[in-house]
Amino acid sequence: MIALLIQLFLTFFVIGLFGFGGGYAMISLIQQKVVTAHAWMSMGQFTDIVAISQMTPGPIGINSATYVGYTSLTNAGFAPWAGVIGSATATFAVVLPSFILMLLISRFLMKYKSHPVIENVFRGLRPAVVGLLLAASLCLMTSENFGSPRESLWQFLISIALFLFAFFAQRVYKMNPILIIVLCAIAGIILL
Amino acid sequence: MYFDLISTFFRIGLFTIGGGYAMIPLIQQKVVEEKRWVSEAELMDLMAVAQSCPGIFAINISIFIGYKTRGVRGAILCALGTALPSFIIILLIALLFQHFREYTVVERMFRGIRPAVVALIAAPVFKMAKTAKVNRYTIWIPIASALLIWLLGFNPVYVIILAGAGGYAWGRMRHEGKEEEAK
Repeated sequence: MIALLIQLFLTFFVIGLFGFGGGYAMISLIQQKVVTAHAWMSMGQFTDIVAISQMTPGPIGINSATYVGYTSLTNAGFAPWAGVIGSATATFAVVLPSFILMLLISRFLMKYKSHPVIENVFRGLRPAVVGLLLAASLCLMTSENFGSPRESLWQFLISIALFLFAFFAQRVYKMNPILIIVLCAIAGIILL
Repeated sequence: MYFDLISTFFRIGLFTIGGGYAMIPLIQQKVVEEKRWVSEAELMDLMAVAQSCPGIFAINISIFIGYKTRGVRGAILCALGTALPSFIIILLIALLFQHFREYTVVERMFRGIRPAVVALIAAPVFKMAKTAKVNRYTIWIPIASALLIWLLGFNPVYVIILAGAGGYAWGRMRHEGKEEEAK
């Protein structure tokens, strides 16, 4: 069990270190390591884990690390409590590189923040980050999230209505985002 | 204060559905507007750095904010706060609900939540554009970045690097122009 835990730790440390571009980009890395390289689980099991990671609260990278850690141990024939240790190991390992890098960068940033070179770099970065956020919302406007008018016009229209409700509730009325999500969840149960 | 940090990020982690960007509106509201731990402009800088670094975006942001407010201990608490809800919920699902997805109520609930999550990511775009002082001369930068990523499948890391290099080059050009004027 110790050997498997060490392997799990090393694998997720590498995933955390090279996982550029956030949780979605990380999923392909995890799949390559966990399914193809180590064969800790089947592709079908991995797909289920990704689906649940997307549906449940929390960052996708953390969710899938926790779930993969648990499943790797229980698949190898260990008890559920060992699975919990596997979860903790994978999650800790995936966060550790971020932690080291972020601390180094924040020290550096705070020291040289008002240096003209850094200031100019950020002058270019700030508008681009607005673009990144815009791109993230555009990339999420898929049939997976909104349904498609051909498959179910009802679901599509309700989705658009919920989108508009959430957008204006947040932007114009500054409604609490958590309240918005809860209201839309209730609307989903009743209407969809 | 320490408890405040961990409980705030616990709540942010708990209600972030659909990846790190979904955290932004929540962070804006809780961390910038309510608690005033960082300013809107600082949050933008943090986002730019967190996005261009490896690792989980949401975790990177929490480590940054934690470090800014309470040093290394703050960073540990914020990262823990963000990761803990995931950890607990996923373990509960793994232990108890083997066929979680087959519950139709859960399925319907998430069908309602998904469009709202997209809207919550789109809503702060305009406010952030204002903070970033985007004007008619610079509006092409966010639009071009978004189109590169959305339509051409550009890696956001390259967009960040390009924008940073562009800002640096622009600053240098302006600096040299001023020196020549001075002569």
